[in-house]
Amino acid sequence: MSEHIRGYLRDRALPHIWCAGCGHGTVLGCLLRAIQKAGLDQDKTVIVSGIGCSSRATGYMNFDTLHTTHGRALAFATGIKLARPELKVIVITGDGDAAAIGGNHLIHAARRNIGITTICFNNYVYGMTSGQYSPSTPTGSLATTSPFGSIDIPFDLSRLVQAAGGAYVARATTYHVTMLTNLITEALRVDGFSFVEALSQCPTYFGRRNKRGTAVDMLNWFRDNSVNKKALSKLPPEQVEGKIIVGELYRATELKEYTKAYRELVERAKGGVRP
Amino acid sequence: MSGEVRFMQGNEACAEAAIRAGLSFFAGYPITPSTEIAESLADRLPRVGGTFIQMEDEIASMAAVIGASLTGAKAMTATSGPGFSLKQENIGYAALAEVPCVVVNVQRMGPSTGLPTSPAQGDVMQARWGTHGDHPIVVLSPSSVRETYDLTIWAFNISERLRVPVILLLDEIVAHMREKIIIPEEVSIEVRPSPTTPPGEYLPYAPLPGSDIPPMAAFGDGYRYHVTGLFHSESGMPIGKGEKAEHLLRRICQKVERRRAELVRTQVENCEDAELIIFSYGATARSALRASRNLRGRGYRVGFAKTSVIWPFPAEALREIAAGAHTVLVPEMNLGQLVLEVERALLCQCQVLSYSRVDGEMITPDEIERRVLEVLS
Repeated sequence: MSEHIRGYLRDRALPHIWCAGCGHGTVLGCLLRAIQKAGLDQDKTVIVSGIGCSSRATGYMNFDTLHTTHGRALAFATGIKLARPELKVIVITGDGDAAAIGGNHLIHAARRNIGITTICFNNYVYGMTSGQYSPSTPTGSLATTSPFGSIDIPFDLSRLVQAAGGAYVARATTYHVTMLTNLITEALRVDGFSFVEALSQCPTYFGRRNKRGTAVDMLNWFRDNSVNKKALSKLPPEQVEGKIIVGELYRATELKEYTKAYRELVERAKGGVRP
Repeated sequence: MSGEVRFMQGNEACAEAAIRAGLSFFAGYPITPSTEIAESLADRLPRVGGTFIQMEDEIASMAAVIGASLTGAKAMTATSGPGFSLKQENIGYAALAEVPCVVVNVQRMGPSTGLPTSPAQGDVMQARWGTHGDHPIVVLSPSSVRETYDLTIWAFNISERLRVPVILLLDEIVAHMREKIIIPEEVSIEVRPSPTTPPGEYLPYAPLPGSDIPPMAAFGDGYRYHVTGLFHSESGMPIGKGEKAEHLLRRICQKVERRRAELVRTQVENCEDAELIIFSYGATARSALRASRNLRGRGYRVGFAKTSVIWPFPAEALREIAAGAHTVLVPEMNLGQLVLEVERALLCQCQVLSYSRVDGEMITPDEIERRVLEVLS
């Protein structure tokens, strides 16, 4: 890791609390490299998180950082971005945080197309509370709260954000480090709501209970079970069935970013212009 | 007295005063009987360059307010009982992370959806203890449109200076009542303490020597600090159980406790020789004042007192006011909430009686008079 990127970490806050083999450090590394590649100003970038394993990342990052309440990171971030639109605002969240307790905020942040980049560390499980099933847990999976196998149908968070009106949607896994870094870099360059779903392995609570092997086995599983969106059209359907689609999934054109629309409203209001 | 004369509603006065106090960010969600505050600010804030947003729910509004405040904005939200319940987790966050914010709760009859358009004073205890854990909070409750204006400005001043959430506890009567008010020409506006140290030396939760309130940097100003709802050290980083955690909780609670004396605002009439004092707050204080004057006019030694600060409760001030009385009667539109604090304050000093009304109607002067006469006979 370059010296410059080391400066993005708070040495005094390390070591981190993540388990051995956890994928979250890999995602954080991708985010830090992307911040550098996108050329963000460290003093003008605010990182906001909710509650859960992923959300502990803000504490390790040498920026203005806000570790909020469970599920509400996007709502806090909306206040920051609207009050000070010149700031770059990044949200770090997990599958439970973003899709269960915070699902409504995710939908509405996407709908407004507010200029926030959200990185969802999706590890299919509530890790911080030691392994309950989440809205992204694959049907049939074992968890402490699904000892007979989960009967829930998981959310496809990327499709959800696209449908709700987000400007940019991408997905990669902790196996695809270079791709994930590039996708986050692109997300940071988007003027609007951008969402990157980073699939991450939890060997401790998801992997062990579901016999997915070691962290390395789980990374290999990501490799063997994902298909790049660009390759989709060239593959027969049976090779695509059940696979994780990675890459840039959606990019909107000509969507106005929310704080820009609000500034225009202010100009109209000051000028006494009403529809 | 000079100043612009206006005829306005309590909710409108709250919105106007908030802008006067420097409000630049409002996030809210529609709920009766507070909605006029959001409606007024949706119209007024953009015209003064401020920000209004209608969020997806009550929880998000409270969160957005805290986020905006962290960038240096003076920020507010407004709601009523059901929404106030939903905001409580994030109010606790603001208390622990010491983020200034003003939360207006226009009380309506509860619990639950209750009687949504009827007045009540049932959120006295929720305003104090609605969020989990011990925490500091200041709660103000006005009785008139003009007092709503004044207390709104004071709420911002207290919140900014002490870095504490301040609850402005209106009731449906005061919120929807229209009165003539004279807008004060000059008001005192305070701002939060800001750091004098350069970013490299800044400890976000270390009070300056001789103070118990840490200076607050704005996000985006280069201080690069961490804010969390976990217990934290002076550097802002999470800590576990132990002395540092206890020290933090005691410091944030004592910020308010130490300032009890300056957080007293009472109105007292005819209490020096009164054998019975009617003590109230909010809209009910209006009926209490009328009842006390009527009874005085008929020769009864009855006094009136009201408090504009509900929490911290002005126990010391009330003990002095009621020093010569044998009875204090506390009318309120609930089953007896603030009366519990009055009992604590006046324990062994005099008799404390509750007068409750919970049918969704206001308490009238007549019924207070009748109750007083029963007590005195």
